Amino acid sequence: MDIQELVSDVPVQGEHSIEGIDFITSGKQYLTFLLNLEQYAVDILCVEEIRSWEIPTKIPNAPSYIKGVINMRGIIVPIVDLRLKFSIGEATYHETTVVIVLTYQAEDTGRTIGFVVDAVSDVLNVESKDIKNSPAFGGCMQPQYIEGLINVGKNVVTLLNVENLQYVEKHAI
Amino acid sequence: MSVDLSQFIPSFLEESFEGLELMESSLLSLQAGDNETIHSIFRAAHSIKGGAGTFGFDVVTEFTHLVETLLDEMRDGRREVSPKDVEILLASVDCMRLLIEAARDDENYDKDKVAQTTMLLNEALSSGGEKSAGEKISQQSDNTEQSTGKSDTSTFSIHFVPEHNLAKTGNDPLFLFNALADLGQLTTVANTGELPALTDIDVQELYLSWDLTLITGATKDEVHEIFEWVEDDCLLEIKKIDKEPLVNPSDGEKETVSVNEIRAASNIENESNSQEIYPANDNSVVKKQATKTKAKAKVEVSSIRVGVDKVDNLINLVGELVITQSMLSELGSDFNMDKIERLTSGLEQLLQNTKELQESVMRIRMLPISFAFNRFPRLVHDLAIKTGKEIELVIKGEQTELDKTVMEQIGDPLVHLVRNAVDHGIEPAEIRLANGKSAKGTISLDAYHQGGNIVIEISDDGGGINRQKVFAKAVEKGIIEPNATLADNQIFDLLFEPGFSTADQVTDISGRGVGMDVVKRNIQSLGGRIQVESTPGQGSCFKVNLPLTLAILDGQLVKVGTETYIIPLISIVESLQVDKDLINRVSGDMTLYRLRDENVPILPVYQLFGLATEHTEIDNALLVVVEADGQKVGLMVDHLLAQQQVVIKSLKDNYQQVIGISGATILGDGSVAMILDTPGIIQMALAYAQNKQRDMASYKQFAIGEQC
Repeated sequence: MDIQELVSDVPVQGEHSIEGIDFITSGKQYLTFLLNLEQYAVDILCVEEIRSWEIPTKIPNAPSYIKGVINMRGIIVPIVDLRLKFSIGEATYHETTVVIVLTYQAEDTGRTIGFVVDAVSDVLNVESKDIKNSPAFGGCMQPQYIEGLINVGKNVVTLLNVENLQYVEKHAI
Repeated sequence: MSVDLSQFIPSFLEESFEGLELMESSLLSLQAGDNETIHSIFRAAHSIKGGAGTFGFDVVTEFTHLVETLLDEMRDGRREVSPKDVEILLASVDCMRLLIEAARDDENYDKDKVAQTTMLLNEALSSGGEKSAGEKISQQSDNTEQSTGKSDTSTFSIHFVPEHNLAKTGNDPLFLFNALADLGQLTTVANTGELPALTDIDVQELYLSWDLTLITGATKDEVHEIFEWVEDDCLLEIKKIDKEPLVNPSDGEKETVSVNEIRAASNIENESNSQEIYPANDNSVVKKQATKTKAKAKVEVSSIRVGVDKVDNLINLVGELVITQSMLSELGSDFNMDKIERLTSGLEQLLQNTKELQESVMRIRMLPISFAFNRFPRLVHDLAIKTGKEIELVIKGEQTELDKTVMEQIGDPLVHLVRNAVDHGIEPAEIRLANGKSAKGTISLDAYHQGGNIVIEISDDGGGINRQKVFAKAVEKGIIEPNATLADNQIFDLLFEPGFSTADQVTDISGRGVGMDVVKRNIQSLGGRIQVESTPGQGSCFKVNLPLTLAILDGQLVKVGTETYIIPLISIVESLQVDKDLINRVSGDMTLYRLRDENVPILPVYQLFGLATEHTEIDNALLVVVEADGQKVGLMVDHLLAQQQVVIKSLKDNYQQVIGISGATILGDGSVAMILDTPGIIQMALAYAQNKQRDMASYKQFAIGEQC
């Protein structure tokens, strides 16, 4: 297929080129996941991979929400249990418990950290204008981890700030 | 295609620093009449000057030009090589380094120092060269005053026909003409005869040729030198003519153009093509600044030069690995128990291949230790002058290879040890003579491999370490009791105590007592050891024992609860099973183990790391006795597992430094195991002991730091 054909094949904004799959939109895509009954989302471009839960190697004297480290293809990746970090629900481990491995690439450094969540649910297309500011009160999550809120039907999804999440062990209370 | 010069700047810098090192070492070994050495110094300076000119580091070019002029006089035999000149040249090398570093970091440099050295150089240039008072060129750094008015000026006619692709090689005739104009009065006549029709012009090609006339006081060699960089890419004729040349401006195809006009022309060319073929002055300045700021923001990227043989070897090994792999996969696709023998031999081959591959990859990071040793001749030379001692430096084993990272970090401790050897070790000449030694002291640096380690020895033939003095000083500082009896090595260990110095006078070389403890700490942080040997009246020897690489270590695997830990073998003194009769509980809740005549505190690892384990009884437990900072402790573990080599992975990449842990590694089954950091654990235990009056929680607070 030559370039010209490709160009004419690219769907215009909002148009779905392949049925059922949002091929191109002007907004960004977000991966949503569950912590207990609450829905959260992260930028899908930061998601390195989704792994099943495995028992990590403990880090001595680390905070309780740092479960330890695992070996991901030769990289030592720390595992953070978001349920413990944000005090949401119980930290139990069963079949749907997964680890979302996120990489945030800053200018010269990148960090890769795995986050334990109850389940991965969906991929959302969201225009930036649809991301609402979070009310500044309530909840036990520190505001720097919240990028905004997204309304999906009747539900509200909390969009997390991946950059700040990557340094979760640095700015604890 | 625009030629982005900035991409070559890092290699220019690297080469320049290498050139400076070469100049420095050659200067130190320079003897009068040694033309070969002068030549090599000159060549190094010349390359730096040329490169600096190309990249627009004008200050460097100007300064190096002065140095070069001085060297040139020596090269041509017009000037004797005197120790004074060598000193000036060494100072100039320092200045050049300063200037190049300033150019690299886009920072200001020490203008006074440069000005001072420039003055010295100018002085040397005007005073020296008695043989050639007449030939001397005026060397004002601004080059405005020319020696055109002198009686010995001569006229050169230069016929310069560059090849069409000259501009592509990064050369600009304009620079050459500017350089010529600096020498004297220049008239340029451009020959435009070869210019094709406008439609056929390739903008990157150079179609012009020039006839130049230069009236100058410079010699033919000096004129020729300007063309040295383009010599291979052009047709060049330089003729010395005695009469005033005949320039014919009204010649049909020729026209006289002043340098300024060429400059203007090439500017226009630049604008119209929006390309950087001829980096004309204005444009290049802007560009230079842009790239400089970019480079500053970037983290310094280091590079290694690897010999082709090492890479070839690596490729061979990978080839073998591929063969083994295909053999094994063929075996696996159709496997039955009859083939078990082939499988085992295949696996053995794989093991062999992997080992060799690992070694080869490690060897790529290895550099000869001469990189670290190179700075010492100069250092000793300078220190010897400063202290007024006569010292000879002997370097051996400089081809011994060492990991690059280790090399970078061992440099400063070695400098410190050498300084000490010069200042404290070697005695002044009178004392040496009185003791029947030669007036010239010797310091030797030696490096060699021993087992999996590299040993670096710094020895001197000086007075040795005065045990009584060290002892008295230690008592005075309150480090030991006055009636303590210490073995020799214990006395020498005192030297590494913080704030310890036996120098009667504090000099600016050493004696402040800051340092030896830092030296020891640096060496230990590299996983190494330092030993001292000294014989009174005969000299001292400091032996630094370092692991060859920081990437791999030999470790003892131990099990505590469900976790596997790795203890570096280098820190393990011994492993033993506890005999409960030898356990003593003292001063509250401290558990000591009597190891021969020493009392070793027992540290249960499960307690330090807050782990759950069934093995909490000290009786019959397993102790791994480790040593760091001269302190022995017994780590109580559940089981001893295998000993193996492990690849060290950093925890800092994705997490942070953990106290008591130096890194992590991946075991054969794919799981992660933590590597214990012995000094860190001992510090943890000390903090634990200090906090014991409080409760366990406060201890934990310390260990976790500010995390929660």
